[in-house]
Amino acid sequence: MDFLNSILVKPFADMFGAPDFLLQVLWEGLVSGVLYALIALGFVLIYKSSRIFNFAQGIMVVFAALTLVGLHEKGVPALLAVPLTLVVMFILAVAIERVVLRPLVNQPDIILFMATIGITLFLVGFGEIIFGGENKVMITEQLYIPTGSFEFEPFGGFVSIEQKDLTAVVGAIVLVAGLLVFLNKSKMGRAIRALGDDHQAALSVGISLSTIWVLVWFIAGVIALATGIVWGARAGVSFALEVIAFKALPVLMLGGLESVLGAIIGGLAIGILEKLFEIYWGQPLLGGNTETWFAFVFALMVLLFRPQGLFGEKIIERV
Amino acid sequence: MNNADPAPAPATPILSVNNIEVIYDHVILVLKGVSLTVPAGGITALLGANGAGKTTTLKAISNLLHAERGEVTKGNIIFEGNEVQSLSPNELVRRGCIQVMEGRHCFGHLSVEDNLMTGAFTRRDGNAAIRDDLELVYQYFPRLKIRRASQAGYTSGGEQQMTAIGRALMSKPKMILLDEPSMGLAPQLVEEIFEIVKKLNEEQGVSFLLAEQNTNVALRFAKYGYILESGRIVLDGEAKALRENEDVKEFYLGVGGEGRKSFKDVKHYKRRKRWLA
Repeated sequence: MDFLNSILVKPFADMFGAPDFLLQVLWEGLVSGVLYALIALGFVLIYKSSRIFNFAQGIMVVFAALTLVGLHEKGVPALLAVPLTLVVMFILAVAIERVVLRPLVNQPDIILFMATIGITLFLVGFGEIIFGGENKVMITEQLYIPTGSFEFEPFGGFVSIEQKDLTAVVGAIVLVAGLLVFLNKSKMGRAIRALGDDHQAALSVGISLSTIWVLVWFIAGVIALATGIVWGARAGVSFALEVIAFKALPVLMLGGLESVLGAIIGGLAIGILEKLFEIYWGQPLLGGNTETWFAFVFALMVLLFRPQGLFGEKIIERV
Repeated sequence: MNNADPAPAPATPILSVNNIEVIYDHVILVLKGVSLTVPAGGITALLGANGAGKTTTLKAISNLLHAERGEVTKGNIIFEGNEVQSLSPNELVRRGCIQVMEGRHCFGHLSVEDNLMTGAFTRRDGNAAIRDDLELVYQYFPRLKIRRASQAGYTSGGEQQMTAIGRALMSKPKMILLDEPSMGLAPQLVEEIFEIVKKLNEEQGVSFLLAEQNTNVALRFAKYGYILESGRIVLDGEAKALRENEDVKEFYLGVGGEGRKSFKDVKHYKRRKRWLA
């Protein structure tokens, strides 16, 4: 009885007993959720347009962040370093298309997947040669990202919102909104969606695969840079950042590999749920540190009941 | 889509396929030397049973073979005087030759209008011209205008076929390779779609190479026809002559062959004769 009480009743009593703390927890969850969503978006775009599960998405985050910091260390002003990093990401996209994707066109999916593991290993080595293996600090102030915090006192309690987290959330919303407009309204966006629907047909109407591939890998690079800046500002820039990409896996299982909306909602859901679970169930009952595995177990549960993910693209079947 | 006069089959071919051989996966020989020509402004039919090589021939021309691990190993393909067998499909569409694939292949999750707009991917002549052509497509296919906002995957088979043809039109083609437009459609719809193809041919001057199993309809709308069997052209001629031909009547139109004892025997005998010839 006591056990059930501590699982089913006490956590909720805690939540409503201290609503200000609950708000704080939700906010923290939302911030990590936004980041998961961003990373998952990078995966979704590439998967949709080329059916490649891009193992290299995580290392692209590291590579983008390292390039940005590295350029700044070489004396490039921070605001110039951002566009320069984008140029580097574009060159990377072109190189990947030329060297890896084009020769492997029409190969089975697993071969392309292996190729992205190859890209990962290459970027790890290449990044270390150029930028060294030691940890770096993200150039937060130089990019004019505010570092103070807003403090509120709702319900007679206390909630603190860090300004850089707020910037991250706002930045991510702008980025995602821009991406959605691009995908739905522009000619290139339409072509990306068309390619996701029917490869052969896209080829037959003259959509150029190489153009679209360079484009989606570049967009994935832009997303990687945004993620890298935000995550780097919280945790520093190092190759360990790569593992956050694995956090995107449960998001993808939850949201479906093909759904942009699914990636966003899945990311937010996992971010918030894992924080809530950690604070209200994990710490009191399981000794904490549940954030490392909660998302995966949760995704596993979802997979049992909905193998296509919660928002996987509805398969249109005509009878 | 220039408003050229529908000259009655001028001598200059827009497309000529010369003795091509196609091999899939480096081992499977599918086309064993196919040659055909399509006159500018003409409708030419490519007929034959399942597996005869019609789709492969069209894909060899539009260069979609590569995506299926097929390749043209012999012969050449000339479109408007230039060899095109090494061009990408994208470049070929830009030059005005586009394929409408068998089974429609609409982009199911895109709206009908977005489907049409993807056809304009290779165009560089500005949004106004593309908008004008969209209206033109809607003139030919009024049904699509009504359903412009629906997801293409949820439209009927006929509407999907119209979407696929309309999408090809949006690229401003000089020539359309049309693969089995009649597949899975009611006879009345087949008639409707062929009427529109004929209108497009006459009013917009688009040349068509038409792969069909429905020999009867195809030979009524085409001016010239080729019959493909096991990767070889076995017969060709004016559509009218083909319609009168005893072999065609017997094998493809299901009429004629009077005085036969057993259908199987006759077929066997005639096939043998043709193979040996």
